[in-house]
This record gives sequence, C-alpha cells and structure tokens, in this order.
Amino acid sequence: MATAAAHGHGSDKNYLNESSGLWSWLTTLDHKRIGIMYFISVLIFFLLGGIMALLLRIELMYPGQTIMSADTYNQVMTYHGSIMVFMVIIPGIPAILGNFFLPLHIGAKDVAFPRLNLLSWYCLMAGALLAFTTLITHKVDTGWTFYTPYSIKTGTSVTTMVVAAFIMGVSSILTGLNFIATVHKLRAPGMTMYRIPLFVWAIYSTAILQVLATPVLGITLLLLSVERAFGVGIFDPALGGDPVLFQHFFWFYSHPAVYIMILPAMGVISELITTFSRKVIFGYTAIAYSSLGIAGVSFFVWGHHMFVSGQSTIAGIVFSFLTMLVGVPTAIKMFNWIATMYKGSIQMQSPMLFAMGFMFLFGIGGVTGIMLAVIPINVHFHDTYFVVAHFHYVMVGGTLMAIMGGFYYWFPKMFGKMYNEMTARLSFVFIFIGFNVTFFPQFILGAMGMPRRYFDYIPAYYSLNAISTVGSWLIAIGFLIALYTIINGLTKGEKAPMNPWGSKTLEWTTSSPPPHSNFDVEPVITAGPYEYR
Amino acid sequence: MMWFNLAQAQSFMPTEGTKIATQVDNLYGFLLVASLISFLILMGGMTFFVFKYKRRTNKDKTGYITHNTFLEFLWSFIPLVIFLGVFAWGWLIYHEMRSMPKDALEVHVFGKQWAWEFEYKSGVKAGNLLVVPVNKDVKLIMTSKDVIHSFYIPSFRIKQDVIPGRYTALWFNADKLGEYHVFCAEFCGTQHSGMLATLKVVPQAEYEAWLEDESQVGSLPLAKRGEKLFAVKACASCHSVADAATKVGPTLWKKFGTKESIEGMVDVDVDENYLRESILNPNAKIVKGFPKGVMPAFQGQLNETELNALIEYVKTLK
Repeated sequence: MATAAAHGHGSDKNYLNESSGLWSWLTTLDHKRIGIMYFISVLIFFLLGGIMALLLRIELMYPGQTIMSADTYNQVMTYHGSIMVFMVIIPGIPAILGNFFLPLHIGAKDVAFPRLNLLSWYCLMAGALLAFTTLITHKVDTGWTFYTPYSIKTGTSVTTMVVAAFIMGVSSILTGLNFIATVHKLRAPGMTMYRIPLFVWAIYSTAILQVLATPVLGITLLLLSVERAFGVGIFDPALGGDPVLFQHFFWFYSHPAVYIMILPAMGVISELITTFSRKVIFGYTAIAYSSLGIAGVSFFVWGHHMFVSGQSTIAGIVFSFLTMLVGVPTAIKMFNWIATMYKGSIQMQSPMLFAMGFMFLFGIGGVTGIMLAVIPINVHFHDTYFVVAHFHYVMVGGTLMAIMGGFYYWFPKMFGKMYNEMTARLSFVFIFIGFNVTFFPQFILGAMGMPRRYFDYIPAYYSLNAISTVGSWLIAIGFLIALYTIINGLTKGEKAPMNPWGSKTLEWTTSSPPPHSNFDVEPVITAGPYEYR
Repeated sequence: MMWFNLAQAQSFMPTEGTKIATQVDNLYGFLLVASLISFLILMGGMTFFVFKYKRRTNKDKTGYITHNTFLEFLWSFIPLVIFLGVFAWGWLIYHEMRSMPKDALEVHVFGKQWAWEFEYKSGVKAGNLLVVPVNKDVKLIMTSKDVIHSFYIPSFRIKQDVIPGRYTALWFNADKLGEYHVFCAEFCGTQHSGMLATLKVVPQAEYEAWLEDESQVGSLPLAKRGEKLFAVKACASCHSVADAATKVGPTLWKKFGTKESIEGMVDVDVDENYLRESILNPNAKIVKGFPKGVMPAFQGQLNETELNALIEYVKTLK
C-alpha cells in the first residue's frame, strides 16, 4: 500500500537505543517508548491481579473457610476487580498497542500531544500508587463497583480508592483525547479515513467513549467522596439521598467502559485475521461503522445492569430492547471476520491461534450476553456466577486473548526480535483450555443459583467450584509460559525482519524496531490497508 | 414445547417451584438451542475455512472479496429478527412477573446485615424462615434496615433488590410443597454469603397451625420467648450457642457468670447489665480479638420484656 519504504540506510539507530538511561525513559515523549512503559506497568498490575484471582479460586475450592477469612476474601475480591478493570483491561490495548501502533498505522511521527501522552502515563501511575496505599491503611471491601450505601457505611479506605480511580480516569480521558486529535490531524498524505486500518477505527471509537463517558465516573466518584468526607446526603437514604442513583451514575460510565475494553480487542482481531489469511478484510465499512454503532448504542443500555434494582418495569423493558440492538453490530463483526477467511491463505501462527481463540470465547460471551439481555432470564441470572462467567468470557476470553495475540503479532516490530513459536503456541493451549475449565462451570453454577461475591456456598456447588479452581492453575501455567516466551525472545530471539508476517499495513514498511521518527521518509498512501492481491 | 424440554439443562436449573419458573425455563431452553446452533455455524465455518484454505505456499493466490451486500443484509437482519423475537417473548413473561396480584397474602420482609426478617399481618415474626401456603398468591413487601440486599429464590427464578428508605416488591405462587433456598444476591459485607433463609411451602392447614403456634409466643416462659426472638433476629448468624466455636462474634455458650476480657479495659463480669449493654450498644465494650462496629445496635428496637427474654435465654446456654 505504501510507496515509502524505509530501508535502513546503514544506521542502526532505533527508538530503543536512540538514547539510554532510566531518565531518558521517564522523560520520553516518544509514543513507542510510552507504549513500552505502559506495557511494563500493566504487566505488573496483571500479575498482581492474577495472583489475587488464584487466591480467590483456592478459597472457593471448598465450602467454608479454606485459606482466608470472609473479610479478607471480600478485600481480595475488590482488589482483583479494581486492578483488572482500571489498571489492566481499560489501559491494556489502547495505551500499550494503541500508543505504539496508532501513529505508525496512519503514517504519523507521533501522537498529536506527546507531552499529554506522557502525562497520562504518570496519571495512571499516580492513581495506581494511591490505590495501593489503601493496602496498608484500611483495605477496601466494597467490590470494584463501590455500591452505596455500603461504600458509605464501611469503615475502609473507600475515599482514597475512589480518588485513585478518579485520577486513573483522567489518564484514560487524556489518552482518548490525544488519539482523537491524532486520527483527525496527523494522517499521512493520501491516508483518508477509509484507508486507515480497522485497528485505528476501533481505537478511535474507543477514544470517543473514553472522552465522553469517563468524566461521568469522575463526577460520581467525587460525589461519593464528598458524601463520605462531609456527610452530604446524595446517595445515603439516611441523609435523604438515593442509593439507586449511584448505580445509574456508575453504569452510565461503566457500561460504555465495557466497550472501552472490548472495541480495541475487535480492532486487533481484524488485523490478525487479514494478515494470517493474506486477504482483504470482508466488509471494511461494515466493521468500521459497527464499531461506531456499538460505541453510540452503548450509552443507552446502562439500565441492563439494574434489571432487579428497583428501576421501573417500563425502564427495564426499554433497556432490554436497546441491549438487543448492540447484538447486531457485534454479530456483523463475527460474520465478517469468518467471511474474511473464505478463500484465504490461512497460516495458524500463534497470533492467529489467539484470534481463533478470541472468536470461540467471545462467541460464547456473545450468546450468553443475549440471554442476559432477556429480562426474565436476567432476573434469575442477575448477580450470580452466570454473570461472572459471561463477563470473563468477554473481558478475558475476548480482550485478554486479543492482547496476547496482538502482542505476539507486533512483538517483532516492537523489539526487533522473534520469539519462540513453539512456546508461544504452548502458552495458547494452556490459556485456552484453562480458561474454559475455569469459567464454563461457572455458567452452570450460575444457572444453579449460586450468587456472586460469595465467600462460602452450599455443598451442592462444591464439585463445579473445585473444577473451576483447577482450571485457574492451567491459566497460570499458560501465562508463565507466555512470560518465558517474551523474556526468552527479548534476550535470545533472532533478529526480526521488517515484515515477518507479510502484512500490508504501514507499520511493516519501516524497520524493526522502528526509528525514533517512525519513518525515514514520510509515507504517501495510494491504496487501502489490506491490499492482498 | 417438547423440544425445548430436551434442551433445558434441567439437571442444572433448580426445581421449578412456580408456573413462572417453568415459563422462564422454556424461554431459556429456546435460547440455549438457538445459541448452540448459531455458535456451531460460526465455529464450524471458521474451522472448515482453517483446514480448507490452509496456506500451502507463500505465493498462494487469495480471493479479493471486499463485501457482499446481500450476505451482509442477511446476517444483520436475521439476528435482528431473532433478537427482537426473544425480547418480545421475554417482555411477556416479565410483564407477568411484575404484575402484582390482588388479594395476595402479604408478608413484610426486612433485609439487614446479615439476616432476613419476616413479619406477618397478624404480628408474627420469623427470622430467616418464611412459611407460606401452597397455591396461594404471596406478595413480599420489602425494605432494608441498612445497605442494599437482594432477595433471591432460585427455584422460583425471581430476584429483587431490597433497598433502604423505600419499598420494593415481589410476588409468587408456589405450586409445589417443599423447602427452598433464599439467598442474598447483592454484596452486603462480611457475612453476605451467610445471609440465607429457608422458604417453606406447606398446605394451607399446616400454614394456619404454624401461624397460630407462633402467635402464642407471648404466653411462653421468658427463656423460650428469648429463644424465639434469638431466631427472629438471626443472632445465631454471628453467635454460636451450643459450643465454643467463634463465628463473627464471640460465642454465648456457657458465657453467663464468667469474666470477659475487654479491649482497653479491665475484665468485666458477664452479668445482666453487661448483656443488656452489649445488645443495646454493642460498641461500648469490645471483646478482645474482635473488630469494632460489626454488630448493629438494638437500642430502641427491643422493649423491656424482649430484653429480659433474651437475657434469660442466654442464661440457659450451658
């Protein structure tokens, strides 16, 4: 597609060795280095959140107390959720892969506001550190949703925690703002909106959500802090407030946030499937607009988190109807990806394995999402393990599989090294099988009626819980193998060629790793992103 | 509807205790079959393509197919029709679920950390035990004394959040005798998973006899009345009475007449005044090794006779 091919002219300078020392990283304005810094921080958060998940599963292996008290369980459950949502899945794809590849994808030298980009990394770090201080003060036990009036009455450090979430929200808003400006203003000559890769469309749709929805979370969390600190009656009925109002405010952000988590993943999958099928994407426009469509409708479905909250019957019915509409663009994407594979030349490299894994798991997450959108079924499944299984299939089976696939796919470009394909495949096998062993039994537990956030359960739920716990160990092994693959690739990997997968998007026309300014010559674009002919 | 029954994961879903539960399961069975079919089509297509179009050489020629308007219309329109169909089906059932029957037997429900309290019109109270007659419309009028709880009867497929400062309602008509679980489904703190109640569906005559028995509580000896009240207030969720086991709070077994070590004070005698204070204002003296602020204060919630009954009951725990 691109006419500009940057054949490294004798210079070995790239963004990694352009300058050295910790200080050069901490003050960098290079979007690629900031992407790497996000990667390292998110990886650490992921390991923390993952260890907590393993502890929770061990506690739930048997009924009654196994390794921790009920209070400790509630705290670990809260930190697992908060870390994974605010520090891993939300910044995951946009801040790591988006930062690194969005400018490369549109032929830009950097994002529109490089200083703002660095500031948003510092905001995430500040928020995260502040959140971790509550581990030393009074560990929070509200769950990541901070529902009132429990979050007002509990004696734990909720105020600090929500201020931390507020600061991380600022990080998310700044990133979104930056990406919107970059897509509109920094596209290379000839890079029209219909020639940008679908990954960019997905990140762009996500950025709109980040900018429009996150402030509502910020306001809500500030109101909660004000209520806790000064006793202003906003949500506490004892002071004349309305506890359900908090849920409306909270989900007005947190439902779009679900798409902040999944839309970028869908963008990654579009890239993986075209590359490893060597084929033009089927229905470019449909996929691009379905991203925007999902983003738009996602603002009007928050009430499906509140079907049993006491909201009116008519509100419930309207929200059920609107939620059904989200199913259509999501189904369109699934069909388009599979149609892309038709008459392709398919190579099952590890990134493609993760893309197939995504479709399998996200498919299950999708159909169970439709079940949950039907109100009377939701009433039974609401706040049970069925919901826990559903959102893990979407968030982990979807987003995390896409992060893994995307990371393996772009690893050669990011670090200029190849990783070991065999261990990468092995990590997939363990994660994929382990995931299903862990979470599929939870659908059945939910159907049987086991509520979520339960430290203890009736004996009838024992065997499925035990299976689920064993599955969590398989996932852990899978991620350890992935970690080994990354470290081994970084230290011993062969030098990566410019375009190891034979891909057609712009980032593969520059050297691996790319030079500081991305392209030696500004590319001029004359065709679409998937010109496999 | 035979084929839905095949699809129902009957062995997984709890017993259907009401007609609405059966309707919900039928819809769920349909969705399960429809989901399975569409999932198999998608995954089947994907797997078939992976093998059929496996890369043979690096120079494989691939088709240049950008879109197909007719196909794209089909796979947008057909899902839309199915989604709207199940939405409408769900609406019908939900409408029935939320239409409160007239002339129902009304029971007041209180959620509190961490027990369910039921109050009948005759004044009878029961803790963590709801007894209702079979084949009769029952309406629950619910509110919470502290944080949000959620009243969930898996066998009836119904659930409703219970909110402080307002009423929410549920109704059911149980058509099978038996005992059913009631769970709290909204996270409410330490003992959230222990906030269980039993729902007993009994014949009308048995229900009336039970109600009559319960209303005789006033003529029982004090200690017996205390035992009943202990159950109603679900004190046993946190205090054991038959052994020295520590639950959330200290055991009450063989406690009366002993000495208790108190956080930041000299030991105190466990006498009537200590028990009275610990019930009405539990944070005044905290037993060593237990956290402050866990037990709710009962100041203003018990009259003098009830207090005496509770204290007399604690004296009998030997």
